[in-house]
Amino acid sequence: MKVSQITVFLENKKGRLADVTEALARRGVNIRAASIADTIDYGLLRLIVSDPVQARQALAEAGFSASETEVLAVEVEDRPGGLASIIRCLADAGINIEYLYAFVGKSGEKAIVVLRSEDTDRAREVLQKNNVTLLTGEEVHRL
Amino acid sequence: MATLKRRLPLLKHRLWDPKAETMPRPELERLQLERLQATVRRVYERVPLYRDRLDSAGVRPGDIRTLEDVQRLPFTCKDDLRAAYPYGLFAVPLKDIIRIHASSGTTGLSTVVGYTRRDLRNWSDLVARLLTAGGVTRHDVVHISFGYGLFTGGFGLHQGAERVGASVIPVSSGNTERQVRLMKDFGATALVGTPSYALHIAETMYDMGVSPDELSLRVGLFGAEPSSETLRKEIEAKLQILATDNYGLSEVMGPGVSGECLNRNGLHINEDHFLAEIINPETGEVLPEGYTGELVLTTLSKEGIPLLRYRTRDLTRLDSSPCPCGRTFRRMARVQGRTDDMMIIRGVNVFPSQIENVLLEIEGVEPHYELVLDREGALDTLEIRVEVTPEIFEGRMAGLVELEKKIRHRVQSECGITPRVSLVEPKSIQRSQGKAKRVTDRRVF
Repeated sequence: MKVSQITVFLENKKGRLADVTEALARRGVNIRAASIADTIDYGLLRLIVSDPVQARQALAEAGFSASETEVLAVEVEDRPGGLASIIRCLADAGINIEYLYAFVGKSGEKAIVVLRSEDTDRAREVLQKNNVTLLTGEEVHRL
Repeated sequence: MATLKRRLPLLKHRLWDPKAETMPRPELERLQLERLQATVRRVYERVPLYRDRLDSAGVRPGDIRTLEDVQRLPFTCKDDLRAAYPYGLFAVPLKDIIRIHASSGTTGLSTVVGYTRRDLRNWSDLVARLLTAGGVTRHDVVHISFGYGLFTGGFGLHQGAERVGASVIPVSSGNTERQVRLMKDFGATALVGTPSYALHIAETMYDMGVSPDELSLRVGLFGAEPSSETLRKEIEAKLQILATDNYGLSEVMGPGVSGECLNRNGLHINEDHFLAEIINPETGEVLPEGYTGELVLTTLSKEGIPLLRYRTRDLTRLDSSPCPCGRTFRRMARVQGRTDDMMIIRGVNVFPSQIENVLLEIEGVEPHYELVLDREGALDTLEIRVEVTPEIFEGRMAGLVELEKKIRHRVQSECGITPRVSLVEPKSIQRSQGKAKRVTDRRVF
């Protein structure tokens, strides 16, 4: 199972973030990680959730524009240079990263980095070749 | 209760009044001339305003010898009807008027129109023509979501649908959830109303969890406000119907001036009852066929309030190429804007329809938008607010930035104005229950 990210279009208006998170809460959807990219007028809320299917339904019913994107989730050693080595191997292979954000897994020992590349399949290949631990959808969503 | 699924005749081309609707052009033009001459004579004798106007133009009723002579007649405009408020332009005594309607008055004082018994009969027949052309038969159940009352939409379509012999449900407008329930329970097969309200009904239906399969709808007949091909396709997809447009205006009669047939290549004008011209709205000069300009209509059969060369303020063009449906009436293009919608932004004339066309061309933009005019210092600003719907949102910031840029550039090259584009959440632009309000002008003059 692939790692799936939910992206929600939000106008920069008071209370919209609360509306989104409450809509998910009502459906019993847990948020594992979140990140916001914003412009002056609007933002994109990116979420890794416990149940992407339920999340999309909840958002659609609440009237939000949301889409689902495949992302990669990699385990990163919690030490200086942990992230650098991973990004270096992608850079050397000429793969661009559109954005990334991190969260701490259940064990608390390793960080999990969510990254989106314009070529997910190639990025996956390169990371695997460099012995980077990639998490599956099951592992990420059902942490 | 089981849903009512009815067996209906297949949609096919039908004519309500084949003799009139397929009349050879020379015969039609002879009829038009006879009726034009009679109309000019009648208003000259009975309506003081027209007698004065014709006298000062130096035109006598006897001077109208060909159809082209219509160009010698003075124009009538909405202000003339307002000045004659309420009954000043009536050409018959009130005892012969059996119905009064008035325009919605959204753009000023309302204008009042009266119908004789014969006018009402003609009106019903002309609406029956457009309903028949749009696929409605006596087997249909027609749900009318136009407002009833002084507005001509509700009663106009109602009478026409009764004339066809359909089962008519006079729901009127408002309470959209109830409309959806009624369509479902009563097995409505035809929906009548404004296109923007039809879209609102469709969205409400989905919000209620009702699928189009649960309805029996098969056709939609929309009018009373400007529409577009994209809006039509969206309504058709959401309601799973075939939609046709029709046109009319209360001053001239109400709905029934023109309507599309199933070929949907323009709206056939009921030319045996209305003489249509296209003029340059600035100069008043008549434009050759195919040119876009203001539609001017002369009534040819009306008794209550006949109008000479009424300036509709609607922008369209005429097409006399043959239509496979067999009607010989010329077709007008879907109305492309109003001469009085014209916005003047930094001295540049811009029609909302121009911007709408840009939005529609840019793939995926649902036609939910609002234009906001404002002023920063001494400078006019145009903001285009566009909803980012689930259909066009693919989750990428780059996609949204690109969309904004495309709209900005296309509007710039089309209208010469650089707008500010604001992407907003779905359903954040107010939905209309009647006519769509697309422009908000916050400028203080």
